[in-house]
Amino acid sequence: MQDFKYSRAKSLADAQSTLKGAAEGKYLAGGQTLLPVLKQRLASPSDLIDLAGIADLAGIKAGAQSITIGAMTRHADVAASADVRRLIPALAELAGGIGDPHVRNRGTLGGSVANNDPAADYPAAVLGLGATVKTDRRSIAADNFFDGLFTTKLAEGEIITAIEFPRPNRAGYVKFPHPASRYCLVAVMVSEGPQGVRVAVTGAGQQGVFRVSAIEAALAKSFTVKAIEGIKIADGDMMSDMHAGAEYRAHLVGVLARRAVAKALAGTSN
Amino acid sequence: MPRIAFTVNGKAGTAEVPDNQLLSSLLRDTLRLTGTHIGCDTSQCGACTVHVDGRSVKSCTMLAVQADGAEITTIEGLANGDTLHPMQAAFRTHHGLQCGFCTPGMVMAAVAFAEKNPSPTEDEVRRSLEGNLCRCTGYQNIVDAVITGAKAMASARS
Ligand SMILES: Cc1cc2nc3c(=O)[nH]c(=O)nc-3n(C[C@H](O)[C@H](O)[C@H](O)COP(=O)(O)OP(=O)(O)OC[C@H]3O[C@@H](n4cnc5c(N)ncnc54)[C@H](O)[C@@H]3O)c2cc1C
Ligand code: FES
Ligand code: FES
Repeated sequence: MQDFKYSRAKSLADAQSTLKGAAEGKYLAGGQTLLPVLKQRLASPSDLIDLAGIADLAGIKAGAQSITIGAMTRHADVAASADVRRLIPALAELAGGIGDPHVRNRGTLGGSVANNDPAADYPAAVLGLGATVKTDRRSIAADNFFDGLFTTKLAEGEIITAIEFPRPNRAGYVKFPHPASRYCLVAVMVSEGPQGVRVAVTGAGQQGVFRVSAIEAALAKSFTVKAIEGIKIADGDMMSDMHAGAEYRAHLVGVLARRAVAKALAGTSN
Repeated sequence: MPRIAFTVNGKAGTAEVPDNQLLSSLLRDTLRLTGTHIGCDTSQCGACTVHVDGRSVKSCTMLAVQADGAEITTIEGLANGDTLHPMQAAFRTHHGLQCGFCTPGMVMAAVAFAEKNPSPTEDEVRRSLEGNLCRCTGYQNIVDAVITGAKAMASARS
């Protein structure tokens, strides 16, 4: 493996100042994206600054209107959390379907959202549930956070500290996993909550996660599977690769949205 | 070079680790625990699965320095002398291996899973093995082994 200097930050301020002093520093969270990237020599940072030692970055707090999950909370802990399972079962199910058990034992919410992989699961939860991304310097609404493939509105050195998910009245998540990688070929999060109906799609868009206003409008009138049956999804902005063409992905968006609505209506996400 | 302290298979140890050393390399190259296998460089095969503080992880996708203070269990830590761990015994009984390359990772994944799931269904077992690839067996015998091994572990506990 290529050379880099490792350090373990003791506080947010410590992490920021180490990053500033480094030629090319990168924060390290669960390492389940960053370390494979380094092993393949697709990046060559001078410094890795581990966030795992910073107090208060991991943990789940359930409030009356929302659940706040620390950036360093592992996928496995979100999936197993009694609070998340009770209040936002679709989110627990999503976390429990990421990758495989070993990846879920290391990978973190903050790392996944900061990375904004167009085939990742969590971006669909953040956008589809209308969450707020909290950083070391501000709060960013989901609609203003994602900014195209592997890109977010985070500034240089900005650290995600937690994500606040409002409690929906109901929500459903359905993923069509890529059979080999387990990432999303397409996945859809549907929710009805304080911000109305939200429908977010990951895995399919050329620019990463996106909302589908036609489905949202139909569901706002009538939150039923039938209400969205006739809706055709255009394939112009869909990804196309050796695994699935744009037309197929567009078709899957409609199919999975209907299944997600059915799940939300059944009130269970299993 | 950072000096780290850890417990491997119940024994306390320390090591000087380069910043960029992977946990799999600490185990295999420094500690000569070569039962932990390396089957890919993309973090997908699970041959390198070990337990860190009771949780299954891919040791090729964690830095050695991140294991400072951790309790690590590898495949070498399962058997009790000549007596196989119940999960190892189940793999033998069910012929859950052919070439054996994936086996240490499969067994470590299965033990971590079975500790929380004493009587799993076939479907649950298959989902639990999503991070472990086998090129030989077609998985069926591995799944059978994990179901038997999980029950054996539960009855050994009670
Ligand atoms: C085999 C395999 C299968 C996978 N399958 C899936 C899947 O099905 N679905 C899915 O969604 N993901 C999947 N993943 C990715 C996994 O979820 C990663 O855990 C996640 O994408 C990155 O989180 P991490 O904590 O590991 O971050 P790291 O790899 O440590 O970091 C990723 C990036 O985020 C930055 N970063 C980390 N934390 C912060 C923070 N708090 N603030 C700002 N920047 C930060 C880092 O600097 C780095 O650039 C898979 C990974 C593997 C290896
Ligand atoms: S060696 Fe393949 S996942 Fe670790
Ligand atoms: S037994 Fe050969 S890879 Fe699994």
